[in-house]
Amino acid sequence: MRPFEYTRATTTRDATRAGTDGATIIAGGTNLLDLMKLEVMAPERLIDINRLGLNAIEESGDGGLRIGALVPNSDLAADRRVRKDWPVLSRALLAGASGQLRNKATTGGNLCQRTRCYYFYDTDMPCNKREPGSGCQARGGFNRIHAILGTSEQCIATHPSDMAVALRALDAMVEIENAEGERRSIPIAEFYRLPHGTPHLDNELHPGDLITAVTLPAPAGGAQIYRKVRDRASYAFALVSVAAIVTMEGDRIASASLAFGGLAHMPWRDDEMEAVLVGATPSDDLFDRAADVLLKDAQGYGHNDFKIPLTRRTLKAVLRDACNVGEPA
Amino acid sequence: MQTQLSINGESHELEADSRTTLLDALRNHLGLTGSKKGCDHGQCGACTVLINGRRINSCLTLACMHDGDDITTIEGIGSPGALSPLQDAFVRHDGYQCGYCTPGQICSATAMLQEVQAGWPSHVSTSLEDDVSLSNEEIGERMAGNLCRCAAYPNIVAAIREVAGAGEDA
Ligand SMILES: Cc1cc2nc3c(=O)[nH]c(=O)nc-3n(C[C@H](O)[C@H](O)[C@H](O)COP(=O)(O)OP(=O)(O)OC[C@H]3O[C@@H](n4cnc5c(N)ncnc54)[C@H](O)[C@@H]3O)c2cc1C
Ligand code: SF4
Ligand code: FES
Ligand code: FES
Repeated sequence: MRPFEYTRATTTRDATRAGTDGATIIAGGTNLLDLMKLEVMAPERLIDINRLGLNAIEESGDGGLRIGALVPNSDLAADRRVRKDWPVLSRALLAGASGQLRNKATTGGNLCQRTRCYYFYDTDMPCNKREPGSGCQARGGFNRIHAILGTSEQCIATHPSDMAVALRALDAMVEIENAEGERRSIPIAEFYRLPHGTPHLDNELHPGDLITAVTLPAPAGGAQIYRKVRDRASYAFALVSVAAIVTMEGDRIASASLAFGGLAHMPWRDDEMEAVLVGATPSDDLFDRAADVLLKDAQGYGHNDFKIPLTRRTLKAVLRDACNVGEPA
Repeated sequence: MQTQLSINGESHELEADSRTTLLDALRNHLGLTGSKKGCDHGQCGACTVLINGRRINSCLTLACMHDGDDITTIEGIGSPGALSPLQDAFVRHDGYQCGYCTPGQICSATAMLQEVQAGWPSHVSTSLEDDVSLSNEEIGERMAGNLCRCAAYPNIVAAIREVAGAGEDA
């Protein structure tokens, strides 16, 4: 690890000011320290935000929930209100990492965790995300875990967070404070970026920005499911995951909110696909048509070609469960 | 950097480079070598300790971030002659072979049983709202952050089951 100067913030202003002066925020440290040990990240200054007291989960006036940026993943997953009214979020959190890691991992840090692309982690390899302009080793290399949607010539990495996939299905907002003390709230849909020509930028945070909270809208009800497919049954990142919130009206689908992990540089959602489902009667045929729309621009890079049929099958399995229809005989 | 740590009920003043992880502080600066370094990247659980009662990976946190915190290591869980119930059960059930992962397993299981008492669900819990019943599958999932290279898993699970008072798996 490279040497760094360590300071502890006592006010949000300390943290945001340090950020404009080039300091990197440390929360749980479970991703940042991992990357610092490998010198994938080598900040010269760390600003520790753990004592800012941003660790409350509060009900907001509109029936929603405001989750402080420092709420540990385990507390969020175990919160009685979340378990009852936003269960897809508890499920996504519980599907990630381990008991020890979830105790340290924070809401803000989880959103900002970096990709698990092998070449990003290997400082001997070219990687446009780590070192802009150096090339992308994953395109022609091992890319089993890589993206099939929204990729660019420069980068085919995926975002590894499970929590963010559930938040995308829930239409959560990210609350951010800057060094001027101004607060803004942006929909999670607009928080993440696609790689385009700037894969070194994961999201819309600027130097000096501090995530202070994530807010959830009032409960959507319906069937809520998080399904994660991975190489081993526990303690592994998703190859493909689906967060689904589906409500029914009689025998028709009244609303469908579906977000996908493991497919892209951000949690993926497709309005056109959801429109195919809404108002229709659930059937495998319908689910296949939805999958056709979702995957029409999907592109594999060799080792990850399997993700295209895997996504279709996972989506269909989740929709069968969510709509409570069996597998056709 | 100067950091005050309360470890197993005893106060320690640590003077160390800011890069020092809590694990390295324990092992190299304070002579508490019970906590083990397997991977140093949060992947194996050998370094598990309790901070303010919660299990964490001590390799993925900086000592200086824990000024004033209460830390419990395997040395504080029990000692020869005064074993904790889990330590005693691991001995009787042969919950190890080489023993390298064992301190982490025991620290982790100690906190895991408290999480169950607090009603925390897991990835394999069928319901998010009902009480947890500790099946082998539940124990396996909740202990997934602790790998055992000797694969002593069946005996580790048996030891934990016994202490949890969970009886035989249905
Ligand atoms: C072995 C292992 C397995 C894992 N498995 C999974 C998994 O299956 N699923 C999954 O989703 N995750 C998994 N993780 C990742 C884990 O969820 C993240 O490491 C964790 O959520 C990061 O949170 P943190 O608070 O520790 O972040 P830190 O490491 O402290 O920070 C991460 C990044 O976020 C920035 N940051 C932190 N807080 C803020 C804030 N408030 N405002 C602005 N920027 C901020 C930091 O500057 C840093 O760049 C795994 C990790 C490990 C080590
Ligand atoms: S996919 Fe992205 S992160 Fe991976 S090597 Fe290519 S540029 Fe780097
Ligand atoms: S040494 Fe900390 S998890 Fe492996
Ligand atoms: S007993 Fe050898 S690693 Fe677990």
